[in-house]
Amino acid sequence: MTEHDRNAAAYWSANLRLIIGSLIVWALVSYGFGILLRPMLSGITVGGTDIGFWFAQQGSILTFIVLIFFYAWRMNKLDEEFGLSEE
Amino acid sequence: MSQFAINLIFVGGSFALYIAIAIWARAGSTKEFYVAGGGVHPVMNGMATAADWMSAASFISMAGLIAAGGYANSTYLMGWTGGYVLLAMLLAPYLRKFGKFTVPEFIGDRFYSKNARFVAVACLIIASVTYVIGQMTGAGVAFSRFLEVESSTGLIIAGVIVFLYAVMGGMKGITYTQVAQYVVLIIAYTIPAVFISLQLTGNFLPPLGLFSDHIESGVPLLQKLDMVVRDLGFVDYTADVSNKLNMVLFTLSLMIGTAGLPHVIIRFFTVPKVSDARWSAGWALVFIALLYLTAPAVASMARLNLLTTIYPAGPTADAIEYAERPDWIKNWELTGLIKFEDKNNDGRIQLYNDSAAFKATADERGWNGNELTVNNDILVLANPEIANLPGWVVGLIAAGGLAAALSTAAGLLLAISSAISHDLIKGSINPDISEKGELLAARISMAVAIVVATWLGMNPPGFAAQVVALAFGIAAASIFPALMMGIFSKRVNNKGAIAGMLAGLLSTVIYIFLFLGWFFIPGTATLANTPDNWLFGISPLSFGAVGAMINFIVAFIVSSATEPPPARIQELVESVRYPKGAGSATGH
Repeated sequence: MTEHDRNAAAYWSANLRLIIGSLIVWALVSYGFGILLRPMLSGITVGGTDIGFWFAQQGSILTFIVLIFFYAWRMNKLDEEFGLSEE
Repeated sequence: MSQFAINLIFVGGSFALYIAIAIWARAGSTKEFYVAGGGVHPVMNGMATAADWMSAASFISMAGLIAAGGYANSTYLMGWTGGYVLLAMLLAPYLRKFGKFTVPEFIGDRFYSKNARFVAVACLIIASVTYVIGQMTGAGVAFSRFLEVESSTGLIIAGVIVFLYAVMGGMKGITYTQVAQYVVLIIAYTIPAVFISLQLTGNFLPPLGLFSDHIESGVPLLQKLDMVVRDLGFVDYTADVSNKLNMVLFTLSLMIGTAGLPHVIIRFFTVPKVSDARWSAGWALVFIALLYLTAPAVASMARLNLLTTIYPAGPTADAIEYAERPDWIKNWELTGLIKFEDKNNDGRIQLYNDSAAFKATADERGWNGNELTVNNDILVLANPEIANLPGWVVGLIAAGGLAAALSTAAGLLLAISSAISHDLIKGSINPDISEKGELLAARISMAVAIVVATWLGMNPPGFAAQVVALAFGIAAASIFPALMMGIFSKRVNNKGAIAGMLAGLLSTVIYIFLFLGWFFIPGTATLANTPDNWLFGISPLSFGAVGAMINFIVAFIVSSATEPPPARIQELVESVRYPKGAGSATGH
């Protein structure tokens, strides 16, 4: 394995770790808080209803936006760190 | 000025704008025709993607679905936005790095197989054609209601407008009209919502109004709505769902279906760099969220407004007299989308849930069955009238609905025409075709696709609602897994990919046909479409996620039993993973 290959492999596994972490949050807010865990969280109220309803109709969408921008920002830094950015 | 004249000014004005853009943004090369020259700014591409993605279903139907289903239909909100997270992390940047013009081209190259490319073309065309029918019929409804023309005349007008900018400008013309269409549709959607939120909750931001107090009663809006619907025998608006497995799988199907729809993916081929593709997915979701955060507010407020209109003195007092019904009910009765039948001959409109559990209460009140049927699709279109907003807001909604339908139709038509001219003609039938010849072929395929779509819009197959499920099912079960495995696995080979795509496609299509009729021919369903018959309670609409899992499993098993892909393919996979040396999109 050359130095170049090792660098590339490290970059790819950093990307995979970032994706897995982001997708855990992605699944937690929608499938978790919004659907499966809703009955467990019914004690927490938001604006006249429970927090599960809020996540299903609003919270998950807001989280998705934050996730994509976080991912884009982190990947740009990784591109630079590993010398793989386009310029 | 009459309402008709106002509508004509708004719709005519927006169409004149699209034509002006078409003349300004003509495509001179295949690169401009397929990927708008590859130089679209990521924020602008995000806006175009939002218009491309938000269809007549998002603009016209979604709020109505949520109003009718309450919490249970939150699936559409999460499903149709969550797919962008998958696009941004799993597909868009790598496919942009690959740097070709079409989705089947990646599948063909990565799996070194013309057959794989053909399967991808077939999936793309079935998914896109079925989807485009819904857009054309949506445009037809908007035309017939607001411009008082026959819906077929309206469809021909729509077809001519799309023809002008899509055939002349290709992706370049489509991109800039989509940006304009986004602006029109988002203004049209949010303005009535702001007024209604102010009227009901005093909060001018609808997403905050949804969780605020209802001014008149002083209790939170959602609690007020729960009380009203309960008094009329409906399930609580915020009630939980018992079949959670189906809810999860339906949301997942919508998410991976969204990420796998070719007309959305190709929008990310138009930005200059890999990092732009990532940012652009974020911007697309911001612009989409402006509508998707407003929709649930529109849904709950419009439902409350509708019920207050019918029961001015509250749901337990007398309903409104039919003779005194407001004008908007009269207008929509003409279209057949609202129907009234005075079952107990008391001259009043009783709207309630005609269920066995509510029978005793209904009998006690002298009600003899629900008397008003309201089609879900009119909710957004009738919203300004329900809230007594001025005539120009109604004209705006007409222009917005048409912008949503036409922008999505154009994106779908481009995906179809590029699959025909680039994947079939250039890729297989006549590889030596000149640049000029291919551009002409692309224009002709686009023109034919528009004629077919317009014809299908005029003669919609009787299953227009179901076909959207088919489009998402196919994208989820065939295209998304093939793309993802192509990027994230070096081991999946040509045989595995083809077997996987076919297994995912067939299992999904067969499961849908079992319950909705073979090839959607009415009366040919093998099993009644009821939850008791569904496998593990999974509805046909939710099966795309299962089909995708079948695709992954079959592809891995077949690949591991056969030889690994050649070294050059391993290098191709390596190259799409690293942004360096992206270059711009090319045809070779």
